[in-house]
Amino acid sequence: MIAYLIRRILYAIPILIGVNLLTFALFFVVNTPDDMARMQLGIKRVTPEAIETWKKQRGYDKPLMFNAQAAGTDKLTDTIFFQKSASMFVLDFGYSDDGRSISREILTRMTPSLVIALPNFVVGLLLYITFALLMTLFRGTLLDMAGVTLCVLLMSISSLFYIISGQFLVSKLWHWVPISGYAGGIDSLRFILLPVLIGVVSGIGSSSRWYRTIFLEEVGRDYVRTARAKGLSELRVLFRHVLKNAMIPILTGVVAVIPLLFMGSLLTESFFGIPGLGSYTIDAIQAQDFGVVRAMVFLGSALYIVGLILTDISYTVVDPRVRLQ
Amino acid sequence: MNFKLVILWTDAMIFLLLAVGIAGAWWMKQKPHLMLPWQRLFKSRVGMVSLLVLSLFVSVGLLDSLHYRAALPQNGNGKAVYAAEVLSVFDALASELRSHTEKTYSAPLAVYLYAKESMETPDGKTLRDYPRLKYGGAHLADPQQQHVSDVIKRILSGLFAGWLGGVLLALLIVTFAASRRRMTARVWVAARSGTPLNAMLGSLILIAMLIGLTVNLAGAYHVLGTDKVGQDVLYLSLKSIRTGLVIGTVTTLVMLPFALFLGIAAGYLRGWVDDVIQYIYTVLSSIPGVLLIAAAVLMMQVTIEKHAEWFSSSVERADLRLLFLCLILGVTSWTSLCRLLRGETLKLRELEYIQAAQAFGVSSLRILTRHIVPNVMHIVLIAVVMDFSSLVLAEAVLSYVGVGVDPSTNSFGTLINNARLEMGRDPVVWWTLAAAFSFMLVLVLAANLFADAMRDAFDPRLNRTVDVK
Repeated sequence: MIAYLIRRILYAIPILIGVNLLTFALFFVVNTPDDMARMQLGIKRVTPEAIETWKKQRGYDKPLMFNAQAAGTDKLTDTIFFQKSASMFVLDFGYSDDGRSISREILTRMTPSLVIALPNFVVGLLLYITFALLMTLFRGTLLDMAGVTLCVLLMSISSLFYIISGQFLVSKLWHWVPISGYAGGIDSLRFILLPVLIGVVSGIGSSSRWYRTIFLEEVGRDYVRTARAKGLSELRVLFRHVLKNAMIPILTGVVAVIPLLFMGSLLTESFFGIPGLGSYTIDAIQAQDFGVVRAMVFLGSALYIVGLILTDISYTVVDPRVRLQ
Repeated sequence: MNFKLVILWTDAMIFLLLAVGIAGAWWMKQKPHLMLPWQRLFKSRVGMVSLLVLSLFVSVGLLDSLHYRAALPQNGNGKAVYAAEVLSVFDALASELRSHTEKTYSAPLAVYLYAKESMETPDGKTLRDYPRLKYGGAHLADPQQQHVSDVIKRILSGLFAGWLGGVLLALLIVTFAASRRRMTARVWVAARSGTPLNAMLGSLILIAMLIGLTVNLAGAYHVLGTDKVGQDVLYLSLKSIRTGLVIGTVTTLVMLPFALFLGIAAGYLRGWVDDVIQYIYTVLSSIPGVLLIAAAVLMMQVTIEKHAEWFSSSVERADLRLLFLCLILGVTSWTSLCRLLRGETLKLRELEYIQAAQAFGVSSLRILTRHIVPNVMHIVLIAVVMDFSSLVLAEAVLSYVGVGVDPSTNSFGTLINNARLEMGRDPVVWWTLAAAFSFMLVLVLAANLFADAMRDAFDPRLNRTVDVK
């Protein structure tokens, strides 16, 4: 088990290097720092000096990969690649355009993101699985068909619609909760209620339908027929047998996203003014803060890989046949 | 010739796709075994009705993809001068909608403007009231009295004209199809017992009625109101369709070669090729989609900014940005299909008929093109149709985030983005958002339903009794 984990982590390193090289190529080779400076400064204020100061402020005034003028190991370390890209491996993300430490921002903004994303995830998962199990229970009947139709309808609606109409109805018309904002501690409850609700509702369509497909595949198996032949009730068959065996395909999709919950949701956070990582990313994209975007790309892929490893571990928990070697 | 044809990049892509589609259909028509799943599809009621709705959207999109520049009145020396504005055939058809702009917001079918204004009365006093619209209901002498009855009259006559047109069209289609097969209409209908003819013709008539209604109302009112700068929302929504279609289809065109080539190569060749390709797609898929797209779009903006000389007009620039967006979406989204194809090819290459071909000394290339590719095509087709609706939805989100299409391009995303503060107004300006969301809902719903019908027809894993004629 431990040997397997170490191997998986070692296997993750080349992937992270790949991500790193890709972002480096995207941000510094496709366009030189000069181009970025020109873009950000606007056409009016572009002078060679302005570009130089812009680059110096952000530390982009070094050679890309190899610094011929420096001495010794500095030839490799005093470069954009080493200082901006390679340093991300030790979680040193540098500074954003407004001069704050990105690592620190990430740490403080993680909590609000999680406060929204975690309840959303848990409540959603329970609801979707229950709904899907109900549809499976009534499979082939009108109820099932109505459920599937509802799912297709719900998944055809844009997520923007859920947010905009939810904010309008619940906050503006009925005044149940504030439209947006965030507060720490127990006070945050009334702020997170609506985003969580909207998040859960907007996922019903696609998720429930997906779980239903998984359950239906399991229901057709032989062990289910055996269980029924033993005289078990349909409910018992579903909850004790089908649900347990459907865990593997469910986990494949679910566990992988758990680490990504830290990243928050771009849309929800920006609409509800929640100071999490999602709104941080969106602000950075809109302000064209390349440093922050780069950091988030790296963080996102690192968390994704953690998710893959967690998925493998979760298999051993639910399926005794799986052994990690 | 009093116009100059303008072919934008995305136009070329769309018509290329259309040509490929027609050629593919013609080719498949001659292979009965390939037609079998299509015949199953043609028998699905939901599939055919959604296909009808989709084709309505597609025809608007196609009309909107034929661009030209109109000739300006000449000044005598015989040299043709063309307007700088690039228009499409759709613009020409809907020129009234396009040119009838009001001052600012107005509600659907309204006669008065949304905001009060100071007006001068004939006796010299100023009065603050809602002014009449320039175009909406301009033909009414006394709007207080006539407005409602005029709208109802137009609705009824529009519905009737649409119904009449729809019925005539349906009859025409049936008689034409029957006479081509040299049957009477009754025999032809009876011979099509499996096809959901009733549902199709019924929805055709319904659609015709809806069109009749809209056209009749749009002649005198703003059917879906006007937006902040007074543009007709119906026109903007119809124009947005093209962008949605381009994103949904051109992206798959970009993605397919990657997914097909790399997926099959990895599955068939195995060894180090497989390792390298797996590595590439693991790296790409490990970056969260939105972030990768955002990073790439940010860099694309820098490039576009740098090479201002590439574009002769802002339309071309916006169009190239749309194309780049499709490219980026394609490059970031081929991984899942590639993984599927790799898995399927791994399974296929162990099957007896492939081994037989290998034993006969058939070259790898020939095995791939003759035996593997045709047998994974159903996966590709299903994936392409399934991706379409999610891409249309993604466009809106990306445009909202600020990494979508150019702000000057009409799209559902820009429409929603521009209108996102309107729900906070008092009284609420709901019509722009409602229009954008309902157009999107209909398009995506039709695409989803069609995708389901397609999967049911094409997926060989679904057990079904094959009916052989």
